[in-house]
Amino acid sequence: MTRPWQGAELARAISGKLPQAVVEAQDNAVQVKPAAMLDVARLLRESPGLEFDYLASVTGVDYIDFFEVVYHLVSTRQNHSCIIKTRVLGRDEPVVPSVVSVWQGADLQEREVYDLVGIRFEGHPNLKRVLLWEGFPGHPLRKDFILDREKVEYPYLRG
Amino acid sequence: MALKSQPIIVNIGPQHPSTHGVFRLRVAFDGEVVQDVEPIFGYLHRGSEKLAEERTYTQIVTLTDRLDYLASMTNNQAYVLAVEKLAGVEAPERAKYVRVLIAELMRIASHLMATGFFINDIGAFATPLMYCFREREKILDMFEMCCGARITYNYMRVGGVSHDLPEEFYPALRSFLAEMPARIDEYEELLTENEILVARTKNVGVISPEKAINCSISGPVLRASGVKWDLRKADPYEVYDRMQFDIPVGAAGDCYDRYKVRIEEMRQSLRIVRQCLDQMPSGPVLARAPSLVRAPAGAEAYGHIESPKGELGFYLVSDGGISPYRCKIRSPSYINLTALRDMLLGWKLADLIVIFGSIDINMGEVDR
Repeated sequence: MTRPWQGAELARAISGKLPQAVVEAQDNAVQVKPAAMLDVARLLRESPGLEFDYLASVTGVDYIDFFEVVYHLVSTRQNHSCIIKTRVLGRDEPVVPSVVSVWQGADLQEREVYDLVGIRFEGHPNLKRVLLWEGFPGHPLRKDFILDREKVEYPYLRG
Repeated sequence: MALKSQPIIVNIGPQHPSTHGVFRLRVAFDGEVVQDVEPIFGYLHRGSEKLAEERTYTQIVTLTDRLDYLASMTNNQAYVLAVEKLAGVEAPERAKYVRVLIAELMRIASHLMATGFFINDIGAFATPLMYCFREREKILDMFEMCCGARITYNYMRVGGVSHDLPEEFYPALRSFLAEMPARIDEYEELLTENEILVARTKNVGVISPEKAINCSISGPVLRASGVKWDLRKADPYEVYDRMQFDIPVGAAGDCYDRYKVRIEEMRQSLRIVRQCLDQMPSGPVLARAPSLVRAPAGAEAYGHIESPKGELGFYLVSDGGISPYRCKIRSPSYINLTALRDMLLGWKLADLIVIFGSIDINMGEVDR
């Protein structure tokens, strides 16, 4: 069985090296500061005993008061898993550092989060819309998204 | 005088027989050699995750059918496992066996399609594909007995499956189990040592194990690179911890190994199906769960399975209502394309089709 890390246990492991990074330890997850995300990612991947080499999933969730980016990580060597979360306030231009330099598997997933939830990933090599087209109004997985059909431009139907 | 040439940009797809749906690759060629690749997605985007927010937990099962439409049963399974984890529902013992049995048959059907279309892409037009369709047909017939449908099954429920296996299912399954090993041998006789297949696929599109893990690749593509990582063993769900089976791995991580891994996985799936049939207890197949499933507010769960194409995961967040607050689909086909550019650079146009076919993607799942 893949052993899930408890939040408190993992928070201790992170705080030992990066004392400022952890915001809160939850049941099975650790919430970290967005600014520290890249350092936390490197730490999780490279520390012996942690070795989270496989980024299973990146999710963006809109909680109206804030956005949350959730990272599901697995270590294929140690067969354990953990969940890292980071919260950004402000609906206009939420920004989280990109972890593509640590796990390349974040590439398409971060693009998807940017496309559908509208969170920008600082340092992503190619942050473009992926499932919708450039020029689509808004980000559909935001809770305040209302599709105004009049405003949608279909580039392929032009002319 | 040296001749100068400019790269030529070619659009492969969205309408192209080798794109397995509607997928577009913008490729810059230097002569025949791939210089740069830009994959373009989204032609089949239906907003499944948004639609899920407006439906009850039970209704979403029909949406999952339409993700990877060549392996709908495993999509059902991944989703209901995530909801069961979220809402704290436990399926009865028999239902777990039925789900594993069905999921392994689905894996065989999906790998048959993967192999058939892969060989088709290489240039063995239609004949091997029709051989694969022949066996897949038997599996679809059995699924039709279970739930009346052949592509979009909607068979699994939160807490079990909708119907028990019907009487006529067992003789059909036994005859399938009796004949399938010889059929797989037949494919292998035709293909495995086939000179053309070997020439076209050996050492083509190699991806190293470190790179595969770093790119979050999963499923047969990861295992062909020699990484022994299968969620059925690494994080067993349902009754896989009671099953005896091996994880086939490749060594080189090339297209040929991906083909071999899939062939071997079909054999292992047959082993699992046989064990399911032997061990299956009698009893109910659906837990007593409320017809409107609810989960406590703030609860969240990530359920994942080893689908035929890789790690299929559902991340669900509940706000206490009758539908999920957020339903994220971690689809293996989409994430397996992360390394596509690295795999294609430097290969020729004809190899591009082979490499792309060997990943075995399904656009329903890529675009969701």
